[in-house]
This record gives sequence, C-alpha cells and structure tokens, in this order.
Amino acid sequence: MNAVTFQNVSKRFKGAGRSALENVSFTVEEGEFVTVLGPSGCGKTTLLKLINRLYEPDSGQILLFGEDTQGVDLVKVRRGIGYVIQQIGLFPHWTVAENVATVPKLLKWDRDRIRARTDELLRLVGLEPEEYKNRYPSQLSGGQQQRVGLARALAVDPKIMLMDEPFGALDSITRGKLQQELLALHRETGKTFLFVTHDIEEAFLLGGRVLILDGGKIAQFDTPEAIIRRPAEGFVRSLVESAREKGRFWEAYL
Amino acid sequence: MIDYLVRYYDRLLAALLEHLEIVLLAMLFSVVLAALLTLLCQFSERLSKLLVHLLSVVYSVPSLAMLALMIPLTGLGTVTAVIVLVIYNQYLLLRNILAGLDGVDRGVTEAAMGMGMTRLQLLWQIKLPLAKKAVVAGLRIALVSTVSIATIAASINAGGLGAILFDGLRTMNTAKILWGSLLSAALALGADRLLALAERKSA
Ligand SMILES: Nc1ncnc2c1ncn2[C@@H]1O[C@H](COP(=O)(O)OP(=O)(O)O)[C@@H](O)[C@H]1O
Ligand SMILES: [Mg+2]
Repeated sequence: MNAVTFQNVSKRFKGAGRSALENVSFTVEEGEFVTVLGPSGCGKTTLLKLINRLYEPDSGQILLFGEDTQGVDLVKVRRGIGYVIQQIGLFPHWTVAENVATVPKLLKWDRDRIRARTDELLRLVGLEPEEYKNRYPSQLSGGQQQRVGLARALAVDPKIMLMDEPFGALDSITRGKLQQELLALHRETGKTFLFVTHDIEEAFLLGGRVLILDGGKIAQFDTPEAIIRRPAEGFVRSLVESAREKGRFWEAYL
Repeated sequence: MIDYLVRYYDRLLAALLEHLEIVLLAMLFSVVLAALLTLLCQFSERLSKLLVHLLSVVYSVPSLAMLALMIPLTGLGTVTAVIVLVIYNQYLLLRNILAGLDGVDRGVTEAAMGMGMTRLQLLWQIKLPLAKKAVVAGLRIALVSTVSIATIAASINAGGLGAILFDGLRTMNTAKILWGSLLSAALALGADRLLALAERKSA
C-alpha cells in the first residue's frame, strides 16, 4: 500500500513570485524511509506541511494511506501523524512526561495507560524515566530535548512520521548517535518515515530512497546508490560532485 | 484636612465604596468581553488586526467627550460610566493579550497544531499559560486606568471619589480636592499591588 501519494500538487504562497512546489507527483510506500533533500528554500518544509495540512495545496491531490487528506477531519489526520521539527517545540510550561503525553491526553487515554506509555517511550528514546520525566524542557540538553520531541511524536504509535530537519541544530556527535537510533527504530517498527534535511550525507545515510528537490520541483527520486551511479543532469550532479569534493578534503588527511 | 476627615469620614467612605463598585463592575464586564473578543480573534488574523485598530481609535477619544457622547444613548449615571470604562479597557486588554499570544514561540505553536490540537486547545493549554505575563500586565494597566477614569465619571452623576473631587473644585475646597485625589490614587496603587502579588504567587 502507498503511505503517501502526491498527484500534481502545486503550492504558491500569496505574494510569492514563484511556486514553492510546482506540479509535484510521487509515491512513498508503507514502511519506507524516504529523505527529502534540497537547499534552503526549495520547498521541503512546504512538502511536509502539505501532508499534515498545516498548508493547503492550490491544486492536485494528496493521499495518505489511500485516503484523500482533503476529505477527512483535519485534527484527526494530524493526531495520527508523528511530527518532529527542528525547533523541537516542546511546551516549556509542561514537564517531560506531560509533553510526551500530549496526544494521548488529547485522545483522552486513562491515566494509568498514559503513565505506562510515557515511561515506555522515554526508555525507547534513551532517557531514564525516573530521572527525566519530571524535568522541564529548559533542564535538558538540545539532544535530550529532541529525544523528548521524538518520544512525543511516537506517543500514539502513528503509522507515519514526518520529520523536518530534526537534528539540524545538534552537534555532529549527538546527531550521529540519533541518526543510528532512528534507523534502528525504523527497522524495529516498520513505520513510514519522511525525513527532511539539507545535509546530503544525512539524506544518503538515512534514506532508503532520496527525494531531491530543486526550486519546488523533483530533480530525482531514487535509492542513494542509483543517484550516485546515475545522477540526473544539472542540480543533482553538482550536488553529488560537491559531496565528493568534501570527501576528498578529508582523505587528504588520512 | 484631618478636620474634614473626622467630620465627613462617612461621606468619604461612601464615596470610596461607590468608586470601588464602579471599578469592580467595569473590570468584571471588561474581562468577560475581552475574553470573548480574544476567542473571536483566534479565528481570523485580519479580524484581530482590524479590531485592535478600531479600539485604538476609540481609546484616543478623551474620556470627558466619550462620557458626553454616551449620555443621549444611555443617560446619566453609573451604567453609562461602566459602559465607557469597559470600552476603554478593551483596547488596553486586547492589545496586551493579543501581543502576548502572538509572542509565543512559533516552534511551540507549530508543534501543537501539528499534533492535532484544536484552536481552542492551543489557546487554552499552550498560548494563554505562556502569555500569562502579558495578560496580567494588561489587567494591571486596565485596572489603574479604570480607577482614574472613574473619577471623571462623576461628571455624569455616577458618584464615587470624583464627586468629592469635583465638589471641591467647584467650591475651591482644598480638603475635598486632596481627599478625592489621594483616595483615588491610593485605590489605584493598592489594586495594582494586589494584582502584582497575585501574579507572583501564581508564578
Ligand atoms: N508561510 C509562508 N508564507 C510565504 N512564503 C512561504 C511560507 N513558507 C514558505 N514560503 C516560501 O516558499 C518557499 C519554500 O519554502 P520552504 O518549504 O520553507 O523551504 P525549505 O524548507 O526547503 O527551506 C520559499 O521561497 C519560502 O520563502
Ligand atoms: Mg525548511
């Protein structure tokens, strides 16, 4: 089954000279880990927000697990999607446990179930519940905050996770660790992941397939191996070339 | 001055209580109306901008003129005074509350929306608690302004401390002028301190 289907989707913001997304079509299968790669301003965030309808498309159709997102209740759609953003967006006046329990509370789970699930989730993202659940976000490091953000997004076991540069503000060591843990999580849960990044190494490391955006259009959508072996003319080729340059820079020191 | 206090303390006390009544009534209705308008503003950015602009225009009308303008509609007395005070307060309250709500971190509101909070859940659970400082600041300004504008309401027979003040002005009675002003200032300061204390307690 297809988790996400875009059919000729276009989006232009009011007053903008050109479309943020232009006639974009693609499908993501259930269980895939797809990374969305491209430079700043190419439309990655727009693509993600069209899926959970923080933005509405001007034209085209977006299907989520076969269902047109326009047809269903907005709030219900969102509660079934795990959403993680670079700014993390933890609620500063709530404890870690309360943050993680956000969607379960919206869905009116009973208290014991919420408590058990919160502990389970914190352990899953590598935070000892007893030590962390009563802390406030300001009492955590950036990496720990994003772990809580991840736990919060996983709370009601959504079938699909949308992640918008979630590790963009983290140091490279923490980022590497979280990347590996995310891959493990994907292997264990079989959830569908759509992961936005502007970092080519991150995109190629995490993605089973990589969707490369350039100026609101899909430049190439394929496995990392296929892209490296046969990069599309123009933008993708120069992207791969610049990554190679960077590799050579480090090799000089080996 | 002390003389006046001793002789007329019951009259002063009555005026003070009358003043307090006008202020409390005005604040009560102001808060209820501001809450409703805030709710309304959640559904349209444009409406909220328009409303604040409109209220700022109304707010710029001098209070004496506003009171006079209302007389043909609602007559002399306390009711008119309370209405005028409520109208003035809407600008002070709305501007502060909306600015506070707007100042909440974008990442926080986006995460909340993305997880499927409704607009009202977002307002009640996230935005209002995080904008508490601005809301209380608005309340404090409105309260002080209400106490002082309420003295002017005596000009349309609403009573209160203003009545003593205006009486004093008309008869050039310094004691009356001073007591009217002093009590009004003390009331404003006292009420403000009370709110400040309540804010610190709840923080
Ligand atoms: N809310 C918005 N209002 C107006 N223009 C926007 C908005 N969001 C994004 N854009 C514009 O759309 C384009 C794509 O933005 P975005 O999807 O955020 O890019 P990316 O996430 O790849 O950096 C940019 O030109 C940006 O300026
Ligand atoms: Mg972006």
